[in-house]
Amino acid sequence: MCGIAGIVGLDRRPASDRCLQAMIAQLRHRGPDASATFVDRHLGLAHARLSIVDLECGQQPMHHGPLTISFNGEIYNYIELRETLVRKGHDFRTRSDTEVILHAYQEYGEGCVEHMNGQWALAIWDRHQQTLFLSRDRLGIRPLYYTQVPGRLLFASEIKALFVDPQVSRELDPRGLGQLFTFWTTLAPRTVFRQVLELPPGHNLMVHAGQVSAPSRYWQLDYREPAEPASANQLAEELRWLLEDATRLRLRADVPVGAYLSGGLDSSITAALALKISARQLQTFSVTFSESEFDERDYQKQVARFLQVRHHSLDCSGAAIADVFPEVIRHAETPVLRTAIAPLYLLSQQVHELGFKVVLTGEGADEILGGYDLFKEAKVRRFAARRPTSRMPAMLFRLLYPYLPALQSQSVAMRRAFFQVSPEALADPLFSHLPRWEMTGQLRRLFATDFLPPEQQRDLYDEVRQSLPAAFARWSPFCQAQYLETTILMPGYLLSSQGDRMAMAHSVESRYPLLDHRLAEFAACLPARLKMKGLREKHLLKRATADLVPAAITERTKQPYRAPDAKSFYRQGWQQSRAEYIEPLLARDRLRSDGVFNPNAVALLRKKIHAGKATGVRDNMAFVGLLSTQLLIDQMVRNFSPIESEVLPSSSGRSPPLSMGQPANESPTAIR
Amino acid sequence: MTTSDLSQSLRAFIDENFLFGVQTAYGDDDSLLEGSIIDSTGVLELVAHLEDTYGITIADEDLIPENLDSISGLTQFISRQGEKATVSQ
Repeated sequence: MCGIAGIVGLDRRPASDRCLQAMIAQLRHRGPDASATFVDRHLGLAHARLSIVDLECGQQPMHHGPLTISFNGEIYNYIELRETLVRKGHDFRTRSDTEVILHAYQEYGEGCVEHMNGQWALAIWDRHQQTLFLSRDRLGIRPLYYTQVPGRLLFASEIKALFVDPQVSRELDPRGLGQLFTFWTTLAPRTVFRQVLELPPGHNLMVHAGQVSAPSRYWQLDYREPAEPASANQLAEELRWLLEDATRLRLRADVPVGAYLSGGLDSSITAALALKISARQLQTFSVTFSESEFDERDYQKQVARFLQVRHHSLDCSGAAIADVFPEVIRHAETPVLRTAIAPLYLLSQQVHELGFKVVLTGEGADEILGGYDLFKEAKVRRFAARRPTSRMPAMLFRLLYPYLPALQSQSVAMRRAFFQVSPEALADPLFSHLPRWEMTGQLRRLFATDFLPPEQQRDLYDEVRQSLPAAFARWSPFCQAQYLETTILMPGYLLSSQGDRMAMAHSVESRYPLLDHRLAEFAACLPARLKMKGLREKHLLKRATADLVPAAITERTKQPYRAPDAKSFYRQGWQQSRAEYIEPLLARDRLRSDGVFNPNAVALLRKKIHAGKATGVRDNMAFVGLLSTQLLIDQMVRNFSPIESEVLPSSSGRSPPLSMGQPANESPTAIR
Repeated sequence: MTTSDLSQSLRAFIDENFLFGVQTAYGDDDSLLEGSIIDSTGVLELVAHLEDTYGITIADEDLIPENLDSISGLTQFISRQGEKATVSQ
């Protein structure tokens, strides 16, 4: 796993090696083992390496004929793909997956990505064609951002590397924040920064002759349920084979691979499969909390005992969350509405200290195989709308959220009212997600009136509606909900803020067997009733893996992963904040000059917090969203202090003559 | 307290506690739940507020949308409870 960065002079002015070095210095946490730059006239590539496969020969940027690559990620099927290419006459110099991509690109051009099974963000420069090819994996596991300023395009694994170029504006995008305070994430390609775009998952981008093409989609899930599906037994067998194969491929590494263990079903399955397939002893890692409402240690211990793995757990307190939160936001580069990403930052630190570079996680099963409460809720709401007089839905809603005490204590009539569905809503393609988005969208009331005027907030859903594929209307309601979850929250938040960023902050690569694209494609075409049978989530997954995990884990009530939110930042009694950075960021004058939040609205929220009454989900999200936005502004908008770059060896292309190490004052990308 | 005073004071509580004090247009008969103005925690906060402020005790069977889901429902409910309390004295 690594960090990549690059520059293309669209006006054909030389790329500045000094700028490249400054860019890659910001990504050192992603690749502490080595780093290098490459300049070929107006093109520059940089790479920071975390060595995992072919420790000796996998250095980058890597060259093959006229091609040069800077690549972050893993191509898990590189051995098979290499064999195919050898049969077609390709000669290889290394055992690395990086070289396989270069040859695949030479053989298949842009279509090479269709042959790749893995997670990637990559850039390939073709000196002969004078083209730059950028690509991001199908589901958005590895990040890739880019920006265009007059005369050049810059790209990098993280936004902070783009900001070393003083011409790149660090101004926030109000609409991006409006999206984040609705969907929990911006909608790619938008980010929270006005001038920075994200290459959407499953997309390529080509730069040629000074022209930047629009990103083109090379992959999309299609939820076509077959008219005559195979039997449940056959499908369970096929699922099991895919799970094993996906895990087998993800154990390929020249360093030890560990596994996260949350105590839930998915990470238990991943760990169990890894153990079954690999001869090595497995070590597992988990977070525990002193507060029982978040803690899953009993289940974690149970799985660890059952699998006989060496288990490490990290106890996470609210104080620890408050302590690391500024660093967490510096890495996430976006506001967040929950603190749950912070414990994963602490966990990757522990994993790193114990000498691990790679962990397997269970992420993706809930989206792909139907695990979320949101899917159940949508099912019950649909049922309730069709049978308005039935008492059944009210009872089911109570069963849905055993971990929400406020909902448990409501009357049947109130519970019905919470989940009431109007006939228009039932026909809306966004039906499943509207309650969540409406609820989260209430947080936009905290915005200063002129930051995102109400008339600009009305059409926030339109962007989602317009992005839906033509086939969406033909999919079952259950699959429609899956699609929305898999393409919005999963890449935008779970795999990014909570995934890549928290792990890479400590040079740890996360691998997701359940997000193997073959599994995702297979699961998309399963009959919805096998994914969620009645309200039994991940039915087929449970069936396919019943022998791998303790029955108590398969049958337990699903608990969403959460951490203490607003509470983390206050001492007992709610009067005093826990960290020195909090009060200055929320001071009235500061809020006014930063311009995002309405100081009066914030004052009311804080009054409620100090009274110990901010107990609901909405107030907690409001506080975490507020604080993380103010931290982001403090670190990336108001003050941005790039990490100093060391002088790196710059590798060179063969011919024509290269421009290397442009002095700052001669280069359009001078670093000030 | 007149019905209009009561309605004003309920709106002030809702604005301050659930809407971060931001002026929001909603009618007396509009559903607070459907408009996402209050959520499940909000209902509990509202009930605690009604009991503290208006000196009424709300029985479980009264925790229904007809009583709690709109300004007019709330106003009528509190008035009825007030009358009951007066009669029983």
